[in-house]
Amino acid sequence: MADQEEVFEKIREVLEDALGVDEDEVTPEATLIGDLGAESIDFLDIVFRLEKAFDIKIPRGELFPENLASADSGFVVDGKVTETGIAEMREKMPHADIDSFAKDPAVTNVQNLFTVDMICKFVGSKLDG
Amino acid sequence: MRWFWIDKFIEFESGKQARSIKNVSLSEEHLHDHFPGFPVMPCSLIMEGMAQTGGILLGESHKFKYLVFLAKVPKFKSHRPVRPGDQLIYTATLTDAREEGGMTSVVAHCGDELVAEAEIVFAHVTEEDAGIPKGVNQKNVVEVGLAGVLAESGINE
Repeated sequence: MADQEEVFEKIREVLEDALGVDEDEVTPEATLIGDLGAESIDFLDIVFRLEKAFDIKIPRGELFPENLASADSGFVVDGKVTETGIAEMREKMPHADIDSFAKDPAVTNVQNLFTVDMICKFVGSKLDG
Repeated sequence: MRWFWIDKFIEFESGKQARSIKNVSLSEEHLHDHFPGFPVMPCSLIMEGMAQTGGILLGESHKFKYLVFLAKVPKFKSHRPVRPGDQLIYTATLTDAREEGGMTSVVAHCGDELVAEAEIVFAHVTEEDAGIPKGVNQKNVVEVGLAGVLAESGINE
């Protein structure tokens, strides 16, 4: 099994380079958008750097699924992600904390699913094959 | 003014590396404002030349199927001012190319001297997303603006 501490340290470096944040800002629970100021294009940069740092391949949409909660996804009613949408998220984002999200599934909370911890778990599972 | 910040390619290895030249001339008007009495090529334009070299390298690797947009410059370092009379040689290496975009690492030299270096991320977008008329794309720019110089340099696309 991949050494979690080592994985976290490498991810911390990736995020420092990609987002220009300080080392102490990168904590497991930090959200990429809210806490670390990531914008959409940064996700592509992060994917490039993770592939290089860990020598892994990350197919499009695997780490950061696209359009899961957009207005035309069919998964959003009255600004909230539907039960079907949440089930879809569990499948597409197995490394994110969907249980916490499900308590208040407002569309505006979707971005909080993208945390440093989610990336660590994702990379860990890739390394473990 | 035409927005070309490279004068010609001198090497082009599809999907791998491209080298281009920019001759800096005192006839470029902006140099007289940047700065009066002390003309220095703005770093933003050095970056643009780097992005044009790297962007065309990436675009060509997908046979210009995508519109390549400069999305992000995670790193840029200037080592010394670039002045009129300098000849910049940009060397762009394609470090990543995929469906969503690509990444290049570019260095600028004057002779043997390293004057600037950058990492540049590009995104592939549709004409609709970019809000530009159909038919205007990077391939046009290469064909209209740079194919001549590519041919002149004896380099095949």
